This record gives sequence, C-alpha cells and structure tokens, in this order.
Amino acid sequence: MKGIIAAALLLIATPAIAASQVEEGRYQAVLGDCAGCHGKDLSGGIALETPFGRLVTPNITPDRQTGIGDYSPVDFRAAMKTGIARGKPLYPAMPYTAYARMPDRDVDALFAYLKTVRPVRHAVKVNQLRFPYSWRFLMRLWNLVFFHPGTPDPANHTAAWIRGEYLVNGPGHCGTCHTPKNMFGADIRPELGGALLQGWFAPDLSGDPRTGLRSWQAADVAGYLKTGRNGHSIASGPMAEAIEQSTSRMRDGDLAAIAAYLKSLPAPAGSGPRILPDVERMKRGASLYRVNCSACHGLDAKGEGPLVPPLTGNAVVRQDNADTLVRLVLAGSQGAGTRWAPTRPAMPSLAWRLNDQQVADVLSYVRGNWGNQAAPVAADTVGGIRAALRGGK
Amino acid sequence: MARLLPKKDAVIIGLGWTGAILAQELTAAGLDVVAIERGPWRDTATDFNIGYMQDELRYAIRKDLFLQPVVEAMTMRNRPDQTALPMRDYGSFLPGNGVGGAGVHWNGKTWRFWESDFEIHTHLTRRYGARKLKGLQLQDWGVSWAEIEPCFDAFEYLCGISGKAGNIGGTLQPGGNPFESPRAREYPNPPIKTGYPQMLFEQVTAGLGYHPFPQPSANLSRPYVNPLGIAMGECTYCGFCERFGCANYSKASAQTTILPVLMQRPNFEARTECEVLKVNLTADGKRAKSVTYIDAKGVEYEQPGELVLICAYSLMNVRMMLLSGIGTQYDPATGKGTVGRNYCYQTSCGARLFLEGKHLNPFIGSGSMGRTIDDFNGDAFDHSHLDFVGGAGMSCDPSNGRPIGYRPTPPGTPRWGAGWKKGTVEGYQNAMNIGAQGSSYPVRENYLDLDPTYTDRHGRPLLRITFEFPDNDVAMSNYMSDQLEKIAKAFGPKSYSVSRIRKDWNSVPYQSTHNTGGAIMGENPRTSAVNKYLQSWDVPNVFVIGASAFAHNAGMNPTGTVGALAVWAARAITGKYLKHPGALVHA
Repeated sequence: MKGIIAAALLLIATPAIAASQVEEGRYQAVLGDCAGCHGKDLSGGIALETPFGRLVTPNITPDRQTGIGDYSPVDFRAAMKTGIARGKPLYPAMPYTAYARMPDRDVDALFAYLKTVRPVRHAVKVNQLRFPYSWRFLMRLWNLVFFHPGTPDPANHTAAWIRGEYLVNGPGHCGTCHTPKNMFGADIRPELGGALLQGWFAPDLSGDPRTGLRSWQAADVAGYLKTGRNGHSIASGPMAEAIEQSTSRMRDGDLAAIAAYLKSLPAPAGSGPRILPDVERMKRGASLYRVNCSACHGLDAKGEGPLVPPLTGNAVVRQDNADTLVRLVLAGSQGAGTRWAPTRPAMPSLAWRLNDQQVADVLSYVRGNWGNQAAPVAADTVGGIRAALRGGK
Repeated sequence: MARLLPKKDAVIIGLGWTGAILAQELTAAGLDVVAIERGPWRDTATDFNIGYMQDELRYAIRKDLFLQPVVEAMTMRNRPDQTALPMRDYGSFLPGNGVGGAGVHWNGKTWRFWESDFEIHTHLTRRYGARKLKGLQLQDWGVSWAEIEPCFDAFEYLCGISGKAGNIGGTLQPGGNPFESPRAREYPNPPIKTGYPQMLFEQVTAGLGYHPFPQPSANLSRPYVNPLGIAMGECTYCGFCERFGCANYSKASAQTTILPVLMQRPNFEARTECEVLKVNLTADGKRAKSVTYIDAKGVEYEQPGELVLICAYSLMNVRMMLLSGIGTQYDPATGKGTVGRNYCYQTSCGARLFLEGKHLNPFIGSGSMGRTIDDFNGDAFDHSHLDFVGGAGMSCDPSNGRPIGYRPTPPGTPRWGAGWKKGTVEGYQNAMNIGAQGSSYPVRENYLDLDPTYTDRHGRPLLRITFEFPDNDVAMSNYMSDQLEKIAKAFGPKSYSVSRIRKDWNSVPYQSTHNTGGAIMGENPRTSAVNKYLQSWDVPNVFVIGASAFAHNAGMNPTGTVGALAVWAARAITGKYLKHPGALVHA
C-alpha cells in the first residue's frame, strides 16, 4: 500500500519537478545567451567571423536529424563542459571554456529546457574555417595547452562577488568578447581588458579610470545590463543583442552580483594620459563636430538623457582601439531596446557625408576633448573600416 | 483571384497616426492585428537622417515624403454644376505617404477643439437662435466634453505636448489660453522657447487687451519618456518641421511615440507597400469580411478580419467607404445619404508686416513655437451683431526661415535683380507674419463623391471634391482680415499688407492639409456616416477614424482632435465592442 501511494506521489510529483527544471533551464539559457549565437529559435546558422575563418553556429533545437534531438544528457554535459560533442572536439567560439564552470545540475536543466523548444529542421555546415584550423582534432591539443577551468578562492569575498564572478566567467562568458586573445584564440591578460571582434571593439571592463568602468557606479552597470542604457552610454552592436537576449532578462540580484564583481576588477598598470592631436587637427575636428554631431550630442557633448549618449566620460569613446567609434560614424547603429527602455534610438550613418580624413579628424577631436585623452584616429584606419563595411563585414 | 490569408482579429488600413494608435491599443488588449500600409516603411535614423533631412529642395519643394498623384490623384470643382478636373500635382494640400502618414511631416500644433465645437448646433442655437445657422449644415458631434477630454489628455501625454494650460478644471491659469475648455491637468511639458517676433506679438496683442499664449507643441521643450516608455528628445529649433521628418526624435509621430513598442509585439504585423483596394462585405452588406490588397509585386491578397479599421486619412477614408459600398453616397440635391457629407476645409487670411532695423532671426524655428490669441476664435466672442458664425485663431508663427521658401520682400520690391536681392536682405530679418486660421463650416453643396470620369492606376474612380468657400466663412474671414489690420497697425510697421479670402477655391497654391468631414460622426444615421464611437452605422464591424469624422472644422489645426478621436474609438472597441460585438448605438 505504501509503495502504491509512493508511486502515485511520484507520478504526480514528476511533472512538477520536470516543469521547474525546464523553467530553471530556460533561465540558464538566458544566462548563457544561447540565442545570441544560435538565433532566437536556436536553429543556428549564424556566421561568426573569427581570425581563423568562418564558423557557423549549429542547430541546438531537438530536431533529430539536424539538431541535438538524439543527444543524451551525458552527451550534452560533455559538449558544454569539456568541449567534446559526441566524441568530436568543438571550437572555443562555443564558450565551453566558460561553461565548464557550470554545475551539472544547471547544465542538465538547460538540456531539459532545450528538449522543450520547437524542433527546427535546419542543417548547418559549421566548420568553414581555413586550413589548418579546419582540422578539428587540433582542438584536442589546444585544450591541453589552454583549457584549464578553475574557480577562484572564495575566501574574503562577499556572496554577491562570488555569484558575480561565476556569472561573468561562467555562463555569461563575458570574456569571449571582452578578453583579448592570443594568436591561437585563447584568453590572455588583462582579463576583460577589451578586445576586437567582428569589427566591434568590446570595451575594457576593468577599473581603469580612462578606458574602464571606474566612473560607473555598480548601479550604472546593473542598469545598463538591464535596460540597455544608462547616463554614460547606450548599448549598440553585439552588446545590444546580448542585452536584449540575455542580460535584460536576468534577475535583478544576478545583475547586482555581476556589477559587484566587475567593479572589483583592478586597473591594469601602465594606463595613463595619451598624446593629444595637434592644434590644427583639433580645430578642424571642432568645426566638423559642430556641424555634424552637436545637434544631438550637444556642443558640450553631454548628450541627451535617454536618447543620445554623452561623449564625455563615455568608455566607448575612450577605448585605445577606435574601431567601434569609426564604425558608428560610418555605418550608424541602433541602440538596444528592452522592456524598460524600448525606444531603440539610432545613430545615423554619416559615411556618405564625411571622408576618411574628416571622420578621423572629428573622432580625434572627440577622443582628445572633454578630458577623454584617447589617442587620435588615423585616416587610414577609417579607410580600412570603410572598405570592410563595404565588403559587408 | 486574390490569395486568401489567415484571418486576423483586426485589419487596419493605413499605418499613420490613427492606425498606430488603434494598433497599439488593440494589441495591448490582446488582439491579433495587421496594419496594411500603401507607402514605405519609414524610420528616424534611416529615413530622416540628420545629415540630409534639412534638404529643402528634396523635401519641401519636390515633396519627397508626400503622396504623389500617380499613386492617387483627386478631382476638384467649386460647384456641383461644374465638371471636376484632376489635380495633376498636389498643391493646396499635401497628403502624407508611408508609415507615420501626415504625422511625419506635420508642424506639431496640437490643439483641442472646444466643448462648444462638439455640441456646436446646440450651443449656437441656444446663444443666437436657429436663424443664425441658416444655410449651414452645422450639427452636434454626438460625443460630450466629459467623454472626449480624457482622450485628449491621453494623446497629449503620449506625445509629450509642450504647452501651458489655460483652464484646469474650470480655474483659469495665468499664461494659458483662457478660452480653452477645461482640462483635467497641465500639459506634460512646459512650452517650448519663444523667438523675438512672438515676443513682439505677445506685447502688442496684450497691449490691445487680447490674451496671447504659447501654442501647444508636439515639438518637445525637454527630453521626455511617454507612458509607453518611449523616449523623445528636446527640439533644436532647426526650422525643418513641416514637410520634413524630425531627425532629432523631438516631434511626436507614430515613429517617435508608438512604433518602437508596437513593432516588438508578437501580435502585430505591418505590411508596407501594400495598397488596399476595397473592403469586402458579406452578401447582405451588413458585415465586412475582409480587405483586398495588392502588394508591390502586383500580387493580390484577401485578408479576412473580424474588425476592419479605416485609418487612411480623411479623404482616403471617404473614398474607401464609397469604393466598398459602406454607407450611402450623400446627395447635395436631396440631402439624403451620409458618406461625403459635410466636407470642410480651412478659411485663412494673414498679415505681413515689415519692421525696421530688427533682427527677427527666422532661422530659429520650430513648427509650433508660435504665440496665439483665441479672442476671435470659435464662439469666444459675441456674434450677435455679426453676419457670420465661427472664427479664427490668430498666430505669430515663425516656423522656419528656409533659404528657398522664405524670401519675404516689402511691397514694391522688384521680382528679380539687385533690387530683389536688397529687398530680400531687408525682408529676411524684418518681415513678420500673423496668420488667422479660420473655421470652415459645412454647407449643403460642399461634399465628396466618386468622380464619374477619372480613375486611378487600378481602374478605381478617383475621389471628387466639390468645394467653395461658403458666404458665412468668407464674411468670417473678412472680419478677421479687419482685425489683423488693427493688430498690424499697432506694431507701427514700416509697411504692411493684409490678405483677404477670395471665392473660387483654387487647388494650386498651398493652403492647408486640414481636410475634414465626409464620414462624419453624429447622433443620427440619417445625417452622419458613423456613430459617436466612429463606428459605421451601416457595417458595425467597420470603424472609420480620422478627421473624416469631424462634423465641421474649427479655426485650429486638427491633429489633436484626430488623436483624441482615435483614442476614443480604440477605447470604445476594447471597452465595449469586444464584449458585445455589434452596433454600439441603436438609432
């Protein structure tokens, strides 16, 4: 009798447990921003341009032929945490190096959730890398050399810091974009120090007073991740996508934890004021700024509330690498849109109106003015990015 | 044969101001909505690029954003005994085209019609007796001030209107318009900055005992986040509002106040460059079942819907009804039929003054940074001893000083050469304009119908406009010219001229895009095409929304009232119709 009751309870209880596991898995998919690379319907097919050639993201819907429908939880865990998908090594564009930090429980929940999404029949040719990078087995060697997952010592840290460190370096895999890479595509120091990727420079997230997050309060960081904007900046480009798909859907406590961790990052040594552009160039830049930029960004560069970001104290302006800035002027960009800030204000393209020298001059002026102290921009840099944008990159 | 598409809860014809308002309210209520728009998609950064939006030649002269006659033309005549001819170019008015509609290129003047407008017949009869209205087809709108005031409020807060209240709950407010009907609360934003000519106008008119106040402006005085969470920017006074899209997110439009939220809703879809040909009715003609439209490739589709909302601009609304057999064509000979009835326009005159040694700096401009007096508007003044009813808002309204279009020269200046150049230099900084935008009251012979001769590219008859300025309105406008002359003299100008209205309405020179009526709202299905909720009396799952519902036109720009009526209709649909689909008013 007892056995029957227990069995009956189990029958009732199992769907409830499964449902809560699926819900938790859905949240893990938010934390890991699966949709960011695999698409809103998770059927993949999105091209990632890497220095080694093109990788196309695979289908992770439960379709049996083209997705992961015939994976077991063990297969999935191995792919997520060791980078070996059913015996085949993955490329670290799939951030298993970060996901390795995730507890099995969370990975299993994610798998349970992925089993519930609509299966999409979509065959993808993933590996379009150049030789020799197209040799997958080389990744086993790469793993031996570069893949050493570990957890920092939690001693002397708050619970928020510990959670934040885990989210940033674990499922959130912020370093995939923000940490510079060596010639093999492996992380190097400074961690989260800013990196160029797919034509955008993912900014420095360290405590550097010029290029990093020193001037942001923890609440500014959390607000930016939640809404897509704050008083310093408006997200656009790949970060807008990350915010729309991932961070804007995170729990407030997790955002506060991420902010607590990022605000604890030290400033790397050796950062200091840079050379300012010459006076003539500043004059030309000032005139261009007045004509082309000031109507929205203001003569004082203070921007306009929730619509137009300031150019003073704006980390995007101050990065050592100006690629993002050049790109914004040439191609324009649309800001992130979230439930809390749905406007998606956009910067128009000015490529048709300004030549390379003019873009370089006005950006040098912006980067050298209002205490920004970032290096001038060369016309050749602008020319290169213009050509790349023409090529559709 | 049109391809049949899956049914939607609501099909909206036209994604301009009213279409966007209705789509927003209905999708928020959970309905599955499609908006079908004839023109292109338009977005601020891509279509109103800050770098080229101030191209006067492209936008103001060549009318890049407007409806082109090749897409839809209209025919016009002054009297029913004439043969109407097609307008080969839009001149006296400029309908919008594409997403956002005319709300993209407007000036942003956001008036509320008055309580006495919504009950104009009752009000004027009570004050002056029925004989005063002889020859005019004035009638009450069927909606009360208490009903419509919250809808004005909702539209103003959606847009972030910048202004100064004149009457809050019956208490007059210093600095506002003392003649406006009572409002529940202050505008969401303070008035925008003013220019020198407006300051002079304020001093002179106040000195004459009138009551100047800042125009309510949809070009914002400060950054604003509207109730949908959408952010707008502060106006930069660039002077490129009318005929231009705003590059600064400063002018309220569907783009800047609704679309960012609407376009994210999974239960909304916009199909652009798709032209609705007609609304299809059931065999008994009592219900709309679908609309037929044609896409840019020429493929025809049939889109079924539970509800059809005609939101295509006043004149196009009327034509769509006539092409679809919704309601009965109005006949000026018998007064029978309702669709096409009470077409009205705007009756305007103005004064131009030339001052001396001023620097009026007209390049500092915004579409509604003017100062206005309503002392001669509507029924703000006693008409007992006058031979007309109605009135005009008088405004000093320097919206722009654009290089091609704004070249005021003193009377007697040569039309070209050195003399003209000298006159231009003098006139640019010294010319001041005061406009009197007058009411337009309905008469039996002014109406809309389908042209018997001319057709569009799809073979459908064009809309025919039969319009002449009525004697009442001419008398009104002449009275306004007299008042303008008194005001002009009070400036002590070097010279001035006052224009007077002329009969024989001419469709060539630009006058106003404020076309109203033709599918008017009212209490009686014999004299109105739609009921007080803008619901067709004849086909109750069709609502017709826009200035087509105005039973007359007041001496004010219509958009504020259009927006309020759109909110009013939306609330009637979500609050009443969805609970009990069918006629909301039983006549």
